Amino acid sequence: MIKVENLTKRYAGQPAIQDLNFEVGKGEIMGFLGPNGAGKSTTMRILSSFMPPTSGRASIAGFDIFEQSLQARAHLGYMPENVPLYNDMRVTEYLDYRAALKGVPHRRVAERVGDVKELCGLKDVEKKIIGALSKGYRQRVGLADALVHEPDLLILDEPTSGLDPNQIRQVRDLIKNLGKQHTILLSTHILPEVEMTCSRVIIINRGRIEACDTPENLLGRIRTAGGVVVEAKVGNDDGAEELRKIAGVRDVTASVDGDWQIFALRVEANTDVREEVYRLASARHWTLRELSQRRATLEDVFVEITHPDEA
Amino acid sequence: MRKFYTLLSREVRSYFYSPIAYVVLVFFLFLAGVDFYFQLSFMNGKPVGYSVQEAFFNSVFFWFAFVLIFPLITMRLFAEEFKLGTIEPLMTAPVRDWQVVLAKFFGALVFYLILWLPTLLYFWIFQLVTHQPAANSMGAYFGAYLMLLLLGMFYLSIGCLASTLTKNQIVAAIISFCVITLHFFSGLISFIVQEVTSSTRQLLGYFSAIEQMGTLSRGEIDTRPIVLYVSMTIVMLTLTYQAFQARKWRL
Ligand SMILES: Nc1ncnc2c1ncn2[C@@H]1O[C@H](COP(=O)(O)OP(=O)(O)O)[C@@H](O)[C@H]1O
Ligand SMILES: [Mg+2]
Repeated sequence: MIKVENLTKRYAGQPAIQDLNFEVGKGEIMGFLGPNGAGKSTTMRILSSFMPPTSGRASIAGFDIFEQSLQARAHLGYMPENVPLYNDMRVTEYLDYRAALKGVPHRRVAERVGDVKELCGLKDVEKKIIGALSKGYRQRVGLADALVHEPDLLILDEPTSGLDPNQIRQVRDLIKNLGKQHTILLSTHILPEVEMTCSRVIIINRGRIEACDTPENLLGRIRTAGGVVVEAKVGNDDGAEELRKIAGVRDVTASVDGDWQIFALRVEANTDVREEVYRLASARHWTLRELSQRRATLEDVFVEITHPDEA
Repeated sequence: MRKFYTLLSREVRSYFYSPIAYVVLVFFLFLAGVDFYFQLSFMNGKPVGYSVQEAFFNSVFFWFAFVLIFPLITMRLFAEEFKLGTIEPLMTAPVRDWQVVLAKFFGALVFYLILWLPTLLYFWIFQLVTHQPAANSMGAYFGAYLMLLLLGMFYLSIGCLASTLTKNQIVAAIISFCVITLHFFSGLISFIVQEVTSSTRQLLGYFSAIEQMGTLSRGEIDTRPIVLYVSMTIVMLTLTYQAFQARKWRL
């Protein structure tokens, strides 16, 4: 559905994205991950024909974004970052306008607008002025707009930014449902979201693709697969030093909580050191109050890939 | 065509969403009303050699209101879309750049014509009350309103261009106000500069909106201003289209 070849964009000579190459297949939900300023919005704006690339090509549903821009746009539902909307229009009026603009046949406009209002939970605000809506509802209006002409492909730029946790969950479920019929490319910097919704993930940093894989494979790839937390009373022992000796432990940081010491262990991938830690503790007569493992998340992958020096 | 119509109808409606439309309407009708009143009371005082309708369209009040409305009508056209970012959903919909430019221009033109509608009423009421024609002939009405249309088209296209150049509405308004004022009052140069030869003065006269208005509102239909303003409007809209497309490369 999306094909990107050697896409490069420079702003006044400054590269924002460089030599991007990727493909998104039909029915995929592709996550587009990266820190602020990585070039996510730039890529999406180029794909939506809002601005031309400096060099390279891209196509959407088989239409070149430059030569067949109109057809490409007709097959695309795009939701820009921060969802700019005409604040003085009413919700239904705006969606009617957008449907007509995107070529929904006249007799189907009312039906389509009704459907997307239903789908995006806009029924109870349909008569309101857009300028009076909360951020969460604006986001839904943007989503409804992206969906109104039944596009094959959705490009959503940070659909959950600025929402509260409940709203994030609602939008996430909505996207997950949409993924059943649509191909989706969505950018975000909220990681649990990607882990839960996306079938594949692209990690982009400083305008370059650093990784492109399924979330599971990305987790398997990183050097440290999470860590273990130990809280214990260690008496006169140097707890950190002892723990460091356990095979598989890469690093230990210690902190103090009253009589208790809290150790954060960073361990090798695919090893479980908790048994060893318990054995050590009982041999030394330490009092344990916590011994738990934290599974690696995409966050670790993200941090490791985008800040290799700190990992 | 349907997309153009969709864009156009949103543009026209958008004027009535914002308070600016009503401010412009009230301001304009107030000035036009004051103009009409003073012209009438002046004519009541002593006999003059021109008609009510001629006087109405050739007064200082009229000029003042006239040059001020164009920046007000056009300043937000593109600048506001750039500022709010609504240009992004607009241009990522399957519409062509020229459709957007023309829709904005014609939307402004429709609003401009709506502004003028009530003034027709003045002349009608005048006839109703005084049982005297406000103009010497139907041609005089036609000429005056034709001139309003021509000049309006040209000045609105200048406003469109100014609005594509910036995302700041005030800057757009100032640019178009300066250009329009300069053009409109350039006709006065021949009155101020006394030394110019009569042929230069005549040449200036051809381009002088004020003199053209004088001629047309007497009912003497001249094709030269028609050709002049239609072609200048096309030039301005072409420039607007170019400037609007250039935004993509400026990003
Ligand atoms: N209009 C612009 N003019 C100049 N530089 C820009 C512009 N938009 C974005 N950039 C720069 O391009 C880079 C990528 O930005 P962006 O694509 O918005 O990143 P993201 O969406 O991943 O946060 C950033 O360094 C940003 O400063
Ligand atoms: Mg962004």
